[in-house]
Amino acid sequence: MTIESTAGSPVARATPGTAPPTGPLRIRTENTWRQRQGYRTMIWTARALVLVIFLVAWWLLSGPVLDPQFVGSPFGVAERLVEWTGNGVLWSNTWITVQEVVLGFLLGAVAGAVLAYLVAPVRAIWDVISPFVMALYAIPKVALAPLFIVWFGIGIDMKVLLAAVSVFFLVFLNTAVGVQEVDRGLIDAVRLMGASRRDVALKVILPASMTGLLTGLRVGIPYAVIGAVIGELVASNRGLGYLISDSSASFDTNGVFAALVVLSILATILNSLVSLISKRANRWKPLSAEG
Amino acid sequence: MTTQFAVRKVSKHFSKDGEDLVALREVDLDVEEGSFVVLLGRSGCGKSTLLNLLAGLTTATSGAITYQGEKITDVRTQVGYLTQQDTLMPWRDVQRNVEMPRELRGERREVRRAAAGQLIERVGLSGFEKSYPRELSGGMRRRASLARMLSGDPETLLLDEPFSALDAQLRTELQAELLRLWAGSGRTVVFVTHDIEEALLLADRVVVLGPLGRIVLDQEIDLPRPRDPDDMRVAPHFVALHRQLSAALKEGAL
Repeated sequence: MTIESTAGSPVARATPGTAPPTGPLRIRTENTWRQRQGYRTMIWTARALVLVIFLVAWWLLSGPVLDPQFVGSPFGVAERLVEWTGNGVLWSNTWITVQEVVLGFLLGAVAGAVLAYLVAPVRAIWDVISPFVMALYAIPKVALAPLFIVWFGIGIDMKVLLAAVSVFFLVFLNTAVGVQEVDRGLIDAVRLMGASRRDVALKVILPASMTGLLTGLRVGIPYAVIGAVIGELVASNRGLGYLISDSSASFDTNGVFAALVVLSILATILNSLVSLISKRANRWKPLSAEG
Repeated sequence: MTTQFAVRKVSKHFSKDGEDLVALREVDLDVEEGSFVVLLGRSGCGKSTLLNLLAGLTTATSGAITYQGEKITDVRTQVGYLTQQDTLMPWRDVQRNVEMPRELRGERREVRRAAAGQLIERVGLSGFEKSYPRELSGGMRRRASLARMLSGDPETLLLDEPFSALDAQLRTELQAELLRLWAGSGRTVVFVTHDIEEALLLADRVVVLGPLGRIVLDQEIDLPRPRDPDDMRVAPHFVALHRQLSAALKEGAL
Protein backbone atom coordinates (compact mmCIF):
# COMPACT_ATOMS: atom_id res chain seq x y z
CA MET A 1 0.00 0.00 0.00
CA THR A 2 1.50 3.30 -1.04
CA ILE A 3 1.38 6.47 0.91
CA GLU A 4 -0.88 8.12 -1.66
CA SER A 5 -3.60 5.51 -1.43
CA THR A 6 -3.63 5.62 2.36
CA ALA A 7 -4.00 9.35 2.36
CA GLY A 8 -6.85 9.05 -0.11
CA SER A 9 -5.56 11.63 -2.53
CA PRO A 10 -2.25 12.31 -4.19
CA VAL A 11 -2.42 15.90 -2.94
CA ALA A 12 -1.63 14.64 0.55
CA ARG A 13 1.98 14.26 -0.44
CA ALA A 14 2.41 17.98 -0.70
CA THR A 15 -0.05 19.35 1.80
CA PRO A 16 -1.41 22.64 0.48
CA GLY A 17 -0.93 24.42 3.77
CA THR A 18 2.75 23.67 4.03
CA ALA A 19 5.66 25.72 2.84
CA PRO A 20 8.50 23.49 1.71
CA PRO A 21 11.22 23.21 4.31
CA THR A 22 13.95 25.57 3.30
CA GLY A 23 17.09 26.49 5.09
CA PRO A 24 20.46 24.95 5.74
CA LEU A 25 20.84 21.22 5.38
CA ARG A 26 22.13 19.15 8.27
CA ILE A 27 24.84 16.70 7.36
CA ARG A 28 26.54 14.39 9.80
CA THR A 29 30.26 14.89 9.51
CA GLU A 30 32.92 12.33 10.21
CA ASN A 31 35.91 14.18 11.51
CA THR A 32 39.11 12.49 12.45
CA TRP A 33 40.33 12.57 16.04
CA ARG A 34 42.90 15.13 14.99
CA GLN A 35 40.25 17.46 13.53
CA ARG A 36 38.10 17.22 16.63
CA GLN A 37 40.74 17.29 19.33
CA GLY A 38 43.79 18.67 17.52
CA TYR A 39 43.33 22.26 18.60
CA ARG A 40 42.61 21.41 22.22
CA THR A 41 45.62 19.12 22.44
CA MET A 42 47.84 21.77 20.94
CA ILE A 43 46.61 24.41 23.40
CA TRP A 44 47.09 22.16 26.40
CA THR A 45 50.55 21.11 25.25
CA ALA A 46 51.51 24.76 24.83
CA ARG A 47 50.17 25.56 28.30
CA ALA A 48 52.19 22.75 29.86
CA LEU A 49 55.22 23.99 27.97
CA VAL A 50 54.83 27.53 29.30
CA LEU A 51 54.60 26.18 32.84
CA VAL A 52 57.67 23.98 32.43
CA ILE A 53 59.73 26.83 30.92
CA PHE A 54 58.73 29.08 33.80
CA LEU A 55 59.65 26.48 36.43
CA VAL A 56 62.98 25.66 34.79
CA ALA A 57 63.87 29.34 34.50
CA TRP A 58 62.95 29.88 38.14
CA TRP A 59 65.04 26.90 39.16
CA LEU A 60 68.06 27.99 37.08
CA LEU A 61 67.93 31.63 38.14
CA SER A 62 67.33 30.99 41.83
CA GLY A 63 70.81 30.85 43.33
CA PRO A 64 73.23 32.04 40.67
CA VAL A 65 71.29 35.21 39.77
CA LEU A 66 68.53 35.76 42.32
CA ASP A 67 68.80 35.40 46.08
CA PRO A 68 66.90 32.22 47.13
CA GLN A 69 66.09 34.03 50.36
CA PHE A 70 63.75 36.27 48.37
CA VAL A 71 62.53 34.16 45.45
CA GLY A 72 62.68 30.64 46.86
CA SER A 73 62.90 27.80 44.34
CA PRO A 74 60.50 25.35 42.72
CA PHE A 75 61.92 22.44 44.67
CA GLY A 76 61.82 24.39 47.91
CA VAL A 77 58.13 25.12 47.31
CA ALA A 78 57.41 21.49 46.45
CA GLU A 79 59.28 20.39 49.57
CA ARG A 80 57.20 22.73 51.70
CA LEU A 81 53.96 21.46 50.15
CA VAL A 82 54.95 17.88 50.87
CA GLU A 83 55.92 18.76 54.43
CA TRP A 84 52.62 20.62 55.05
CA THR A 85 50.63 17.80 53.52
CA GLY A 86 52.41 15.37 55.82
CA ASN A 87 51.81 17.22 59.07
CA GLY A 88 48.24 18.26 58.17
CA VAL A 89 48.94 22.01 58.13
CA LEU A 90 47.98 22.31 54.47
CA TRP A 91 44.58 20.63 54.68
CA SER A 92 43.39 22.23 57.89
CA ASN A 93 44.29 25.74 56.72
CA THR A 94 43.01 25.23 53.17
CA TRP A 95 39.75 23.90 54.54
CA ILE A 96 39.29 27.04 56.64
CA THR A 97 39.87 29.28 53.61
CA VAL A 98 37.59 27.15 51.42
CA GLN A 99 34.80 27.52 53.96
CA GLU A 100 35.26 31.28 54.14
CA VAL A 101 35.36 31.67 50.37
CA VAL A 102 32.38 29.41 49.66
CA LEU A 103 30.18 30.77 52.45
CA GLY A 104 31.13 34.35 51.64
CA PHE A 105 30.53 33.80 47.95
CA LEU A 106 27.12 32.22 48.49
CA LEU A 107 26.03 34.85 50.97
CA GLY A 108 27.16 37.75 48.78
CA ALA A 109 25.81 36.24 45.57
CA VAL A 110 22.37 35.41 46.96
CA ALA A 111 22.00 38.80 48.64
CA GLY A 112 23.24 40.63 45.54
CA ALA A 113 20.98 38.75 43.12
CA VAL A 114 17.86 38.98 45.29
CA LEU A 115 18.31 42.67 45.94
CA ALA A 116 19.00 43.35 42.25
CA TYR A 117 15.76 41.64 41.24
CA LEU A 118 13.86 43.67 43.83
CA VAL A 119 15.39 47.04 43.07
CA ALA A 120 16.33 47.10 39.40
CA PRO A 121 12.94 46.52 37.70
CA VAL A 122 11.42 49.66 39.19
CA ARG A 123 13.09 52.66 37.62
CA ALA A 124 12.30 55.08 40.47
CA ILE A 125 13.65 52.80 43.22
CA TRP A 126 16.78 52.16 41.22
CA ASP A 127 17.35 55.88 40.66
CA VAL A 128 17.09 56.52 44.40
CA ILE A 129 19.27 53.59 45.49
CA SER A 130 21.99 53.45 42.86
CA PRO A 131 24.16 56.45 43.93
CA PHE A 132 24.45 54.98 47.43
CA VAL A 133 25.36 51.59 46.05
CA MET A 134 27.98 53.11 43.77
CA ALA A 135 29.47 55.08 46.67
CA LEU A 136 29.72 51.95 48.83
CA TYR A 137 31.04 49.93 45.92
CA ALA A 138 33.95 52.35 45.57
CA ILE A 139 35.16 51.72 49.12
CA PRO A 140 38.19 49.40 49.07
CA LYS A 141 36.98 46.34 50.93
CA VAL A 142 40.28 46.12 52.85
CA ALA A 143 39.26 49.34 54.57
CA LEU A 144 36.28 47.52 56.06
CA ALA A 145 38.43 44.86 57.74
CA PRO A 146 39.16 46.83 60.95
CA LEU A 147 35.47 47.69 61.30
CA PHE A 148 34.45 44.05 60.81
CA ILE A 149 36.94 42.96 63.45
CA VAL A 150 35.25 45.32 65.91
CA TRP A 151 31.81 44.05 64.92
CA PHE A 152 32.40 40.34 64.45
CA GLY A 153 35.72 39.56 66.17
CA ILE A 154 38.61 37.78 64.48
CA GLY A 155 36.85 34.47 63.88
CA ILE A 156 35.65 33.02 60.61
CA ASP A 157 32.55 35.31 60.49
CA MET A 158 34.58 38.37 59.75
CA LYS A 159 36.32 36.70 56.77
CA VAL A 160 33.05 35.31 55.44
CA LEU A 161 31.50 38.77 55.55
CA LEU A 162 34.51 40.44 53.99
CA ALA A 163 34.29 37.96 51.10
CA ALA A 164 30.50 38.39 50.93
CA VAL A 165 30.68 42.19 50.73
CA SER A 166 33.11 42.05 47.83
CA VAL A 167 30.96 39.55 45.93
CA PHE A 168 27.70 41.32 46.78
CA PHE A 169 28.42 44.48 44.81
CA LEU A 170 29.67 42.67 41.74
CA VAL A 171 26.66 40.37 41.58
CA PHE A 172 24.23 43.16 42.42
CA LEU A 173 25.50 45.60 39.81
CA ASN A 174 25.88 43.06 37.01
CA THR A 175 22.46 41.54 37.64
CA ALA A 176 20.85 44.99 37.82
CA VAL A 177 22.34 45.92 34.45
CA GLY A 178 21.08 42.62 33.06
CA VAL A 179 17.57 43.34 34.34
CA GLN A 180 17.52 46.86 32.96
CA GLU A 181 18.84 45.94 29.55
CA VAL A 182 16.03 43.50 28.82
CA ASP A 183 14.78 44.20 25.31
CA ARG A 184 11.54 46.18 25.51
CA GLY A 185 10.36 44.37 22.40
CA LEU A 186 10.49 41.00 24.17
CA ILE A 187 8.35 42.29 27.04
CA ASP A 188 5.82 43.74 24.59
CA ALA A 189 5.80 40.45 22.71
CA VAL A 190 4.74 38.42 25.73
CA ARG A 191 2.26 41.10 26.81
CA LEU A 192 0.63 40.66 23.41
CA MET A 193 0.31 36.97 24.22
CA GLY A 194 -1.59 37.90 27.34
CA ALA A 195 1.22 37.56 29.87
CA SER A 196 0.65 38.71 33.44
CA ARG A 197 3.26 40.72 35.32
CA ARG A 198 4.39 37.49 36.91
CA ASP A 199 4.83 35.85 33.51
CA VAL A 200 6.86 38.82 32.33
CA ALA A 201 9.11 38.56 35.38
CA LEU A 202 9.59 34.80 35.24
CA LYS A 203 9.62 34.14 31.50
CA VAL A 204 11.32 37.23 30.16
CA ILE A 205 13.19 39.29 32.73
CA LEU A 206 14.63 36.36 34.66
CA PRO A 207 16.07 34.45 31.69
CA ALA A 208 17.13 37.63 29.88
CA SER A 209 19.07 38.86 32.92
CA MET A 210 20.78 35.49 33.43
CA THR A 211 23.80 36.66 31.44
CA GLY A 212 24.31 39.59 33.78
CA LEU A 213 23.93 37.41 36.86
CA LEU A 214 26.41 34.86 35.56
CA THR A 215 28.90 37.59 34.68
CA GLY A 216 28.59 38.85 38.25
CA LEU A 217 29.15 35.37 39.63
CA ARG A 218 32.17 34.80 37.45
CA VAL A 219 33.93 38.06 38.24
CA GLY A 220 32.91 37.63 41.88
CA ILE A 221 34.91 34.45 42.48
CA PRO A 222 38.41 35.95 42.67
CA TYR A 223 37.00 38.70 44.89
CA ALA A 224 35.62 36.15 47.32
CA VAL A 225 39.11 34.69 47.58
CA ILE A 226 40.62 38.17 47.96
CA GLY A 227 38.13 39.10 50.69
CA ALA A 228 38.77 35.94 52.70
CA VAL A 229 42.54 36.10 52.39
CA ILE A 230 42.69 39.79 53.29
CA GLY A 231 40.65 39.00 56.39
CA GLU A 232 43.13 36.29 57.29
CA LEU A 233 46.11 38.54 56.64
CA VAL A 234 44.72 41.28 58.85
CA ALA A 235 43.86 39.12 61.84
CA SER A 236 43.87 35.38 62.06
CA ASN A 237 45.60 32.28 63.29
CA ARG A 238 44.22 29.93 60.66
CA GLY A 239 43.77 29.78 56.90
CA LEU A 240 45.96 30.20 53.83
CA GLY A 241 46.27 33.95 54.42
CA TYR A 242 47.61 33.17 57.88
CA LEU A 243 50.08 30.68 56.33
CA ILE A 244 51.32 33.44 54.04
CA SER A 245 51.81 36.01 56.79
CA ASP A 246 53.25 33.43 59.18
CA SER A 247 55.74 32.15 56.58
CA SER A 248 56.85 35.62 55.56
CA ALA A 249 57.28 36.64 59.19
CA SER A 250 59.83 33.84 59.54
CA PHE A 251 61.46 34.68 56.15
CA ASP A 252 60.16 31.43 54.69
CA THR A 253 59.74 32.53 51.04
CA ASN A 254 59.06 28.97 49.89
CA GLY A 255 56.22 28.76 52.39
CA VAL A 256 54.67 31.98 51.03
CA PHE A 257 54.83 30.63 47.48
CA ALA A 258 53.45 27.27 48.56
CA ALA A 259 50.39 28.96 50.09
CA LEU A 260 49.99 31.12 46.96
CA VAL A 261 50.08 28.03 44.73
CA VAL A 262 47.31 26.43 46.76
CA LEU A 263 45.27 29.65 46.59
CA SER A 264 45.49 29.89 42.81
CA ILE A 265 44.56 26.22 42.45
CA LEU A 266 41.54 26.88 44.65
CA ALA A 267 40.47 29.87 42.53
CA THR A 268 40.92 27.87 39.32
CA ILE A 269 38.67 25.10 40.59
CA LEU A 270 35.96 27.57 41.62
CA ASN A 271 36.24 29.34 38.25
CA SER A 272 35.78 26.17 36.26
CA LEU A 273 32.69 25.34 38.31
CA VAL A 274 31.03 28.62 37.33
CA SER A 275 32.02 28.43 33.68
CA LEU A 276 30.40 25.02 33.66
CA ILE A 277 27.14 26.58 34.87
CA SER A 278 27.30 29.47 32.44
CA LYS A 279 27.99 27.17 29.53
CA ARG A 280 24.79 25.30 30.29
CA ALA A 281 22.72 28.45 30.76
CA ASN A 282 24.09 30.30 27.77
CA ARG A 283 23.74 27.79 25.00
CA TRP A 284 21.72 30.37 23.08
CA LYS A 285 24.46 32.99 23.20
CA PRO A 286 26.01 35.05 21.71
CA LEU A 287 23.18 37.20 20.43
CA SER A 288 25.51 39.53 18.59
CA ALA A 289 26.30 36.80 16.08
CA GLU A 290 23.81 37.53 13.32
CA GLY A 291 22.58 34.46 11.50
CA MET B 1 -20.48 43.52 8.62
CA THR B 2 -19.44 45.09 11.85
CA THR B 3 -16.53 47.35 12.48
CA GLN B 4 -13.53 45.68 14.06
CA PHE B 5 -11.36 48.74 14.56
CA ALA B 6 -12.68 52.28 14.63
CA VAL B 7 -10.04 54.99 14.75
CA ARG B 8 -11.42 58.48 15.43
CA LYS B 9 -9.33 61.65 15.21
CA VAL B 10 -6.34 59.88 16.69
CA SER B 11 -3.11 61.78 17.23
CA LYS B 12 0.07 60.41 18.69
CA HIS B 13 2.93 62.54 19.98
CA PHE B 14 6.22 61.39 21.41
CA SER B 15 7.76 63.72 23.96
CA LYS B 16 11.49 64.03 23.97
CA ASP B 17 13.69 66.73 25.51
CA GLY B 18 10.88 69.23 25.77
CA GLU B 19 9.87 68.68 22.17
CA ASP B 20 6.84 66.88 20.88
CA LEU B 21 7.40 64.63 17.93
CA VAL B 22 4.12 64.22 16.05
CA ALA B 23 3.79 60.77 14.53
CA LEU B 24 0.08 60.79 13.69
CA ARG B 25 -2.34 63.69 13.34
CA GLU B 26 -6.11 63.25 13.52
CA VAL B 27 -6.31 59.91 11.74
CA ASP B 28 -9.71 58.40 10.95
CA LEU B 29 -9.92 54.79 9.87
CA ASP B 30 -12.44 51.97 10.01
CA VAL B 31 -11.55 48.32 9.57
CA GLU B 32 -14.46 45.99 8.81
CA GLU B 33 -14.60 42.59 10.44
CA GLY B 34 -13.29 39.85 8.19
CA SER B 35 -11.59 42.19 5.77
CA PHE B 36 -8.00 42.21 4.62
CA VAL B 37 -6.79 45.79 4.82
CA VAL B 38 -3.35 46.83 3.67
CA LEU B 39 -1.85 50.06 4.94
CA LEU B 40 0.54 51.24 2.29
CA GLY B 41 3.01 54.00 2.96
CA ARG B 42 6.62 55.02 2.83
CA SER B 43 8.80 54.60 5.86
CA GLY B 44 8.21 57.21 8.54
CA CYS B 45 4.56 57.82 7.74
CA GLY B 46 3.39 56.44 11.07
CA LYS B 47 2.29 52.99 9.91
CA SER B 48 3.98 51.17 12.75
CA THR B 49 2.77 53.72 15.29
CA LEU B 50 -0.77 53.14 14.09
CA LEU B 51 -0.36 49.37 14.46
CA ASN B 52 1.06 49.78 17.97
CA LEU B 53 -2.05 51.77 18.84
CA LEU B 54 -4.35 49.13 17.33
CA ALA B 55 -2.49 46.44 19.27
CA GLY B 56 -2.92 48.41 22.49
CA LEU B 57 0.81 48.60 23.16
CA THR B 58 0.68 52.40 23.35
CA THR B 59 -2.13 54.83 23.92
CA ALA B 60 -3.13 57.69 21.70
CA THR B 61 -2.32 61.25 22.76
CA SER B 62 -5.81 62.28 21.71
CA GLY B 63 -8.73 60.69 19.95
CA ALA B 64 -10.25 57.27 20.46
CA ILE B 65 -9.76 53.77 19.12
CA THR B 66 -12.24 51.00 19.65
CA TYR B 67 -12.05 47.28 19.04
CA GLN B 68 -15.47 45.69 18.48
CA GLY B 69 -16.98 48.78 20.01
CA GLU B 70 -14.85 48.64 23.15
CA LYS B 71 -12.24 51.25 23.84
CA ILE B 72 -8.70 49.85 23.60
CA THR B 73 -6.90 50.32 26.89
CA ASP B 74 -4.55 47.37 26.92
CA VAL B 75 -3.30 44.53 24.74
CA ARG B 76 -5.74 41.72 24.10
CA THR B 77 -4.98 38.13 23.19
CA GLN B 78 -7.56 38.03 20.40
CA VAL B 79 -5.27 40.36 18.48
CA GLY B 80 -2.05 38.86 17.15
CA TYR B 81 0.71 41.30 16.27
CA LEU B 82 3.74 40.46 14.20
CA THR B 83 6.11 43.36 14.80
CA GLN B 84 8.77 44.50 12.42
CA GLN B 85 11.67 43.60 14.66
CA ASP B 86 12.36 40.10 15.86
CA THR B 87 10.97 39.36 19.28
CA LEU B 88 11.60 35.65 19.57
CA MET B 89 12.93 34.77 23.01
CA PRO B 90 16.61 34.10 22.27
CA TRP B 91 16.86 31.56 25.11
CA ARG B 92 14.04 29.42 23.78
CA ASP B 93 14.35 27.13 20.78
CA VAL B 94 11.85 27.38 17.92
CA GLN B 95 9.51 24.79 19.40
CA ARG B 96 9.31 26.50 22.79
CA ASN B 97 8.95 29.93 21.19
CA VAL B 98 6.01 28.81 19.12
CA GLU B 99 4.44 27.14 22.15
CA MET B 100 4.70 30.30 24.20
CA PRO B 101 1.26 31.88 23.62
CA ARG B 102 -0.39 28.60 24.57
CA GLU B 103 1.94 28.11 27.50
CA LEU B 104 0.93 31.50 28.90
CA ARG B 105 -2.68 30.47 28.50
CA GLY B 106 -1.97 27.48 30.72
CA GLU B 107 -2.48 24.85 28.07
CA ARG B 108 -1.21 21.34 28.73
CA ARG B 109 2.24 20.47 27.47
CA GLU B 110 1.23 17.67 25.07
CA VAL B 111 -1.56 19.74 23.51
CA ARG B 112 0.51 22.81 22.89
CA ARG B 113 3.45 20.76 21.67
CA ALA B 114 1.36 19.08 19.00
CA ALA B 115 -0.19 22.39 17.92
CA ALA B 116 3.19 24.07 17.71
CA GLY B 117 4.60 21.17 15.73
CA GLN B 118 1.90 21.59 13.08
CA LEU B 119 2.50 25.30 12.79
CA ILE B 120 6.24 24.83 12.49
CA GLU B 121 5.64 22.41 9.66
CA ARG B 122 3.25 24.84 8.02
CA VAL B 123 5.82 27.62 7.88
CA GLY B 124 8.44 25.21 6.57
CA LEU B 125 10.66 24.98 9.62
CA SER B 126 10.44 21.24 10.18
CA GLY B 127 13.75 19.93 11.48
CA PHE B 128 14.59 23.21 13.18
CA GLU B 129 12.42 22.77 16.26
CA LYS B 130 15.47 22.54 18.47
CA SER B 131 17.35 25.47 16.92
CA TYR B 132 17.79 28.70 18.81
CA PRO B 133 16.85 31.96 17.05
CA ARG B 134 20.44 33.05 16.61
CA GLU B 135 21.13 29.85 14.69
CA LEU B 136 18.47 30.72 12.13
CA SER B 137 18.60 33.05 9.15
CA GLY B 138 16.54 36.25 9.22
CA GLY B 139 13.88 34.69 7.01
CA MET B 140 13.62 31.60 9.19
CA ARG B 141 13.22 33.74 12.29
CA ARG B 142 10.43 35.61 10.54
CA ARG B 143 8.65 32.36 9.82
CA ALA B 144 9.10 31.23 13.40
CA SER B 145 7.59 34.54 14.57
CA LEU B 146 4.66 34.04 12.23
CA ALA B 147 4.12 30.54 13.61
CA ARG B 148 4.27 31.89 17.15
CA MET B 149 1.65 34.54 16.42
CA LEU B 150 -0.65 32.00 14.80
CA SER B 151 -0.15 29.66 17.73
CA GLY B 152 -2.14 32.08 19.87
CA ASP B 153 -5.02 31.57 17.41
CA PRO B 154 -5.91 35.27 17.19
CA GLU B 155 -9.09 36.45 15.47
CA THR B 156 -7.42 39.62 14.25
CA LEU B 157 -3.93 39.78 12.79
CA LEU B 158 -1.75 42.87 12.71
CA LEU B 159 1.30 42.43 10.53
CA ASP B 160 4.04 45.02 10.20
CA GLU B 161 6.02 44.40 7.00
CA PRO B 162 6.22 40.73 7.89
CA PHE B 163 7.74 39.50 4.65
CA SER B 164 10.00 42.35 3.61
CA ALA B 165 13.16 40.52 4.70
CA LEU B 166 12.36 37.33 2.81
CA ASP B 167 13.46 36.26 -0.64
CA ALA B 168 10.85 36.66 -3.39
CA GLN B 169 10.09 32.95 -3.61
CA LEU B 170 9.46 32.50 0.07
CA ARG B 171 7.51 35.75 0.25
CA THR B 172 5.13 34.46 -2.40
CA GLU B 173 4.68 31.20 -0.52
CA LEU B 174 4.01 32.83 2.81
CA GLN B 175 1.67 35.38 1.23
CA ALA B 176 -0.29 32.47 -0.17
CA GLU B 177 -0.20 30.78 3.22
CA LEU B 178 -1.49 33.91 4.90
CA LEU B 179 -4.33 34.18 2.39
CA ARG B 180 -5.21 30.53 3.00
CA LEU B 181 -5.35 31.20 6.72
CA TRP B 182 -7.50 34.23 6.22
CA ALA B 183 -9.91 33.03 3.52
CA GLY B 184 -13.16 31.84 5.01
CA SER B 185 -11.84 32.09 8.57
CA GLY B 186 -13.62 35.34 9.34
CA ARG B 187 -10.33 36.72 10.61
CA THR B 188 -9.52 40.38 10.15
CA VAL B 189 -6.08 41.28 8.85
CA VAL B 190 -4.37 44.65 8.96
CA PHE B 191 -1.18 44.39 6.97
CA VAL B 192 1.42 47.12 6.73
CA THR B 193 3.78 47.28 3.77
CA HIS B 194 5.59 49.68 1.48
CA ASP B 195 5.43 47.24 -1.43
CA ILE B 196 2.64 48.13 -3.90
CA GLU B 197 2.64 44.72 -5.53
CA GLU B 198 2.33 42.93 -2.21
CA ALA B 199 -0.55 45.24 -1.30
CA LEU B 200 -2.38 44.42 -4.54
CA LEU B 201 -1.85 40.68 -4.22
CA LEU B 202 -3.25 40.52 -0.71
CA ALA B 203 -5.73 43.26 -0.03
CA ASP B 204 -9.47 43.74 -0.16
CA ARG B 205 -8.75 47.35 0.43
CA VAL B 206 -5.60 49.43 0.33
CA VAL B 207 -5.24 52.55 2.42
CA VAL B 208 -2.39 54.76 1.28
CA LEU B 209 -0.92 56.79 4.10
CA GLY B 210 0.97 60.01 3.69
CA PRO B 211 3.00 61.88 6.30
CA LEU B 212 1.50 61.93 9.84
CA GLY B 213 -0.88 59.16 8.89
CA ARG B 214 -2.89 61.33 6.51
CA ILE B 215 -5.02 59.09 4.34
CA VAL B 216 -4.17 59.86 0.73
CA LEU B 217 -6.23 57.16 -0.91
CA ASP B 218 -8.67 54.52 0.27
CA GLN B 219 -9.15 52.04 -2.53
CA GLU B 220 -11.19 48.83 -2.76
CA ILE B 221 -9.24 46.15 -4.63
CA ASP B 222 -11.71 44.18 -6.70
CA LEU B 223 -9.19 41.89 -8.39
CA PRO B 224 -10.52 38.32 -8.55
CA ARG B 225 -9.04 35.78 -6.13
CA PRO B 226 -6.96 33.68 -6.14
CA ARG B 227 -4.46 36.16 -7.44
CA ASP B 228 -1.52 34.52 -9.08
CA PRO B 229 1.46 36.89 -8.98
CA ASP B 230 2.71 35.90 -12.43
CA ASP B 231 -0.68 36.38 -14.13
CA MET B 232 -1.46 39.52 -12.20
CA ARG B 233 1.56 41.45 -13.29
CA VAL B 234 0.27 41.54 -16.86
CA ALA B 235 -3.43 41.95 -16.09
CA PRO B 236 -4.57 45.43 -17.28
CA HIS B 237 -6.66 46.11 -14.18
CA PHE B 238 -3.74 45.24 -11.90
CA VAL B 239 -1.45 47.54 -13.84
CA ALA B 240 -3.98 50.36 -13.62
CA LEU B 241 -4.35 49.94 -9.86
CA HIS B 242 -0.59 49.74 -9.48
CA ARG B 243 -0.27 53.04 -11.29
CA GLN B 244 -2.96 54.62 -9.16
CA LEU B 245 -1.34 53.53 -5.86
CA SER B 246 2.07 54.56 -7.05
CA ALA B 247 0.75 58.01 -7.90
CA ALA B 248 -0.93 58.23 -4.49
CA LEU B 249 2.35 57.35 -2.76
CA LYS B 250 4.13 60.08 -4.69
CA GLU B 251 1.41 62.57 -3.95
CA GLY B 252 1.54 61.67 -0.27
CA ALA B 253 5.22 62.41 -0.16
CA LEU B 254 4.63 66.07 -1.03
